Amino acid sequence: MSRRLVGIYLVVAVGLAAAPRFLDAYQIDVINSVGLYVLLALSLNLILGDAGLFNMGHAAFYAMGAYTAAILNTRLGLPILWALPASGLVAALFAALVARPVIHLRGDYLLVVTIGLGEIVRIALVNDVFGLTGGANGIFGIARPVLLGHKIRKPDEFLYLIWGFVAVTVFLFHRLEQSRFGRALTYLREDPVAAEGSGIDTARYKLMAFALGAAWAGMTGALYASKMTIISPESFSFWESVVVFLMVILGGSGSIPGVMVGAAIVVLMPEVFRTFATARMLVFGLVMMIMMVVRPQGLLPWRALRFKRSDLPRREAAP
Amino acid sequence: MSALLELRHVTKTFGGLTAVNDVSFDVAAGEVVGLIGPNGAGKTTVFNLITGNYRVNEGTIELEGVPLTALRTNRIVRLGVARTFQNIRLFQQLSALENVLAGRHCRTRTGLLASLLRPPGQRREERETVARALAELEFVGLRGRDLDLAKNLAYGDQRRLEIARALATEPKLLVLDEPAGGMNEHETGLLVELIGQIRQRGVTVLLIEHDMSLVMRACHRIVVLEFGEKIAEGIPEAIQRDPRVIEAYLGVEDG
Repeated sequence: MSRRLVGIYLVVAVGLAAAPRFLDAYQIDVINSVGLYVLLALSLNLILGDAGLFNMGHAAFYAMGAYTAAILNTRLGLPILWALPASGLVAALFAALVARPVIHLRGDYLLVVTIGLGEIVRIALVNDVFGLTGGANGIFGIARPVLLGHKIRKPDEFLYLIWGFVAVTVFLFHRLEQSRFGRALTYLREDPVAAEGSGIDTARYKLMAFALGAAWAGMTGALYASKMTIISPESFSFWESVVVFLMVILGGSGSIPGVMVGAAIVVLMPEVFRTFATARMLVFGLVMMIMMVVRPQGLLPWRALRFKRSDLPRREAAP
Repeated sequence: MSALLELRHVTKTFGGLTAVNDVSFDVAAGEVVGLIGPNGAGKTTVFNLITGNYRVNEGTIELEGVPLTALRTNRIVRLGVARTFQNIRLFQQLSALENVLAGRHCRTRTGLLASLLRPPGQRREERETVARALAELEFVGLRGRDLDLAKNLAYGDQRRLEIARALATEPKLLVLDEPAGGMNEHETGLLVELIGQIRQRGVTVLLIEHDMSLVMRACHRIVVLEFGEKIAEGIPEAIQRDPRVIEAYLGVEDG
């Protein structure tokens, strides 16, 4: 992380922390919504941006997490924040299981399979699989999260919970980016054949990217479930997957600040242009077309510079 | 001398086309062996079979007695076979250093959790990895270009960077596919020197090359392929005089 980026993060963090003083409940709720989509976009970015795997079924993992949390909470009375890791784990295991047979597919082929995956999960939820998901009505009566004995209920309380989770996520994902693991994903995206030929187990890293991205989407789903207190299959439609995909591509595939900006724009734009809500899709489509022509790498593209001159030791002898 | 690499009756077909037909040869530890032949003779296919990019239809390939034929490429690299590609396959958008770090991957251990939590062991390994990668850049003469993107390097430098990346995996056998392709006379001379230095490090080299001056200067032994079959094998002087090789390269004079 460059010093400038840390500075920008701090300014945004202070701004968000102070937001409840200046904004009304509705506006805070929109910001919370941005936070959830930022988390989804960051999680998809691991798969799509870092590892270069076209996944357009991300809502499936989001749904797995939300339903896991909802079922654990309503059936077993497990507090929602305790259910959070379980949601992540279930989504990750599910991703590892379903991705395994299709992981070798390339580009658009994988895209089509993941679209199918997202639809299968949604339809399974509508059909009330195992009698646990409540069919088309979904699950209601999900408890609010309780943090240190305090029940989180109001939008500005959720603001701190959601954006606190965003802060932790951004910190961890930046660390990941600057590590052996993150580099392996980058090699995989840049040239899978050369990566494998350099001794990197590409199949394993593809699966790990899927599992980790799914885990984060799953935990986001748990947060979403507790914020809404009611979830139903329509919240996890194909359209959700498309929107998150769009955020990553628009913001800058592989770039952590980029996909966050992408998420903010995609959520906020319809709010700002509420007057022509009906023409929203038109504007969306137009923006995408213009972006693809003018700036295909995204608004804040990924930059390769992981090492600075000052990081490197002085010259030394050959082995 | 015991064989490091052993090919026995290796055959590879693509549909109806037999690209490699019943080829057997050995590479002894410490040797530099050249694999030559006219275009389409199956040289690169042999390389792809050794490195696990293709699967053999018949025959066996063993490294120090360990069969490679069923293994995936990354396992073969870990066992000690590293390669470069005929049409350079660097990570073009990444720095020279990061390219070499890719090669260090299979010799380092930091996992997902350690990447996130950064315990002292991870930090130490990261430092050592970077130092080792820089040493490899120094070895091929690219130190100072560490942070330049691979795509911004000159063609000859890109070839050397690919060699550095391969060496970073600590190979026993280095497989070079046309390392002098696109190089000028001066660069080729430096490459011959570099191959000598690689051998001095105890790394065995198997290379494909069309530049006969390089092959004759750098190789101890030469294997000649034509139409997927081995037609000759021997020391450079013998190969130069071998009538079948001359025929394969120059054609037969009608008379």
